[in-house]
Amino acid sequence: MSELATMRVKSGLAEMLKGGVIMDVTTAEEARIAEEAGAVAVMALERVPADIRKEGGVARMADPSKIKEIQEAVTIPVMAKARIGHFVEAQILEALEVDYIDESEVLTPADETNHIDKWKFSVPFVCGCRNLGEALRRINEGAAMIRTKGEAGTGDIVNAVRHMRAVMGDIRRLQCTPEEELFTIAKDIQAPFVLVKDVAERGRLPVVMFTAGGIATPADAALCMQLGADGVFVGSGIFKSSSPSARAKAIVEATTHFRDPEVLARVSAGLGEPMRGLSTAALAPEELLEARGW
Amino acid sequence: MKIGVLALQGNFREHIRTLAGLGVEAVEVRKPDHLVGLDGLIVPGGESTAIGRLIGLYSFEEPLRNFQGAMFGTCAGMILMGRGGLIGQVDIGVDRNAYGRQVASFEADFPLADEEKPLRGVFIRAPRVTDVGEGVEVLAELDGDPVLLRQGRFLVASFHPELTDDTRVHERFLDLVREDMHVGA
Repeated sequence: MSELATMRVKSGLAEMLKGGVIMDVTTAEEARIAEEAGAVAVMALERVPADIRKEGGVARMADPSKIKEIQEAVTIPVMAKARIGHFVEAQILEALEVDYIDESEVLTPADETNHIDKWKFSVPFVCGCRNLGEALRRINEGAAMIRTKGEAGTGDIVNAVRHMRAVMGDIRRLQCTPEEELFTIAKDIQAPFVLVKDVAERGRLPVVMFTAGGIATPADAALCMQLGADGVFVGSGIFKSSSPSARAKAIVEATTHFRDPEVLARVSAGLGEPMRGLSTAALAPEELLEARGW
Repeated sequence: MKIGVLALQGNFREHIRTLAGLGVEAVEVRKPDHLVGLDGLIVPGGESTAIGRLIGLYSFEEPLRNFQGAMFGTCAGMILMGRGGLIGQVDIGVDRNAYGRQVASFEADFPLADEEKPLRGVFIRAPRVTDVGEGVEVLAELDGDPVLLRQGRFLVASFHPELTDDTRVHERFLDLVREDMHVGA
């Protein structure tokens, strides 16, 4: 008697991606470069976040023909993004049999109040967060994987670091909090008590947590890994750099050997120009993608 | 007894946790010199292309092929240990992602050789064993497909025993390690 789409099966794929790099790609050719460089999965997109930022307009789910083209090009898992709350985009992505759906703040939100009810889907979801409360709200809605948001399309690591420190710091605090205080913490961080208690007991989230948003160099990837990430999403950082293949390979190596400065020094050398990037401190509040999500 | 878990990418942390729960010392193997002094090695699940590339990059092929202790591969690890794989000592044909994409991933119960209680297997974008050579013993099957096999000091599974609380497969591997240490001594 086999059971499909149990939480263990959904979160299980994320477990297998740990210690790896998931790369944003917009064409079959980029997908092949990513796979060849050692990516554990690719995120199929119409435009990378840096271009969404530059060109503006409404950012939506990618064209299904683009997703199919990328699925046919590689054997590693293919993920794709749906707008926050846009459950029909998610239904379409499920019909395409993508391996993971990213309900993503990088796209223009479709619902200002609600996220997708992810329990209704067989395909697992990954969602962004800035802190523990946001992570647990997404898990409560059925997310089987979490990524810290960072600030996509900037090449600036500062928000990714802030979000990693926020989540890991919140988890560390929970571990030394007496149980009777967890009720109030659950209320304060707007998260279900059962999940707060679970995190306090385990000392980690119940699902895998990657980092995302602003990773541009091997050192950035290793920094987030040392801060406690299970793996790394790299968006614009690869295909907006001067030599994508070499950079992709270097970030993969840095993610495996994140505690080995000798390896990091070697793989960081001679990679050419990283993406030029934007300082997040110079962005107006309405330009920040991280604030999307409720 | 000291067991290494290949920690280039994938589910190595859960194997280490399972072994620790059984009171066994387990260490991460990220470079070939970490193989020295180990009595057994686990090659975990993950993305076989990503793990394979990192194996090549760090000249791991020869040290892994020459590893003298017992070895246990799960999912991607089975692909690497099967015929034609980078490690390649087990005489089985393996078809990658044979069940399809993630929507076809599943969990199921199946009987385990010599035991009454069935085993729960979690299959994630799992490989399928297409043919089994002589000298390979099938320890468990699901719908006619071998899912747990042994050849001498090598054990391979197409599912993920490290994702459940049932430790019987890891215990069988540890028996294999002990048996092999005894033979070696």
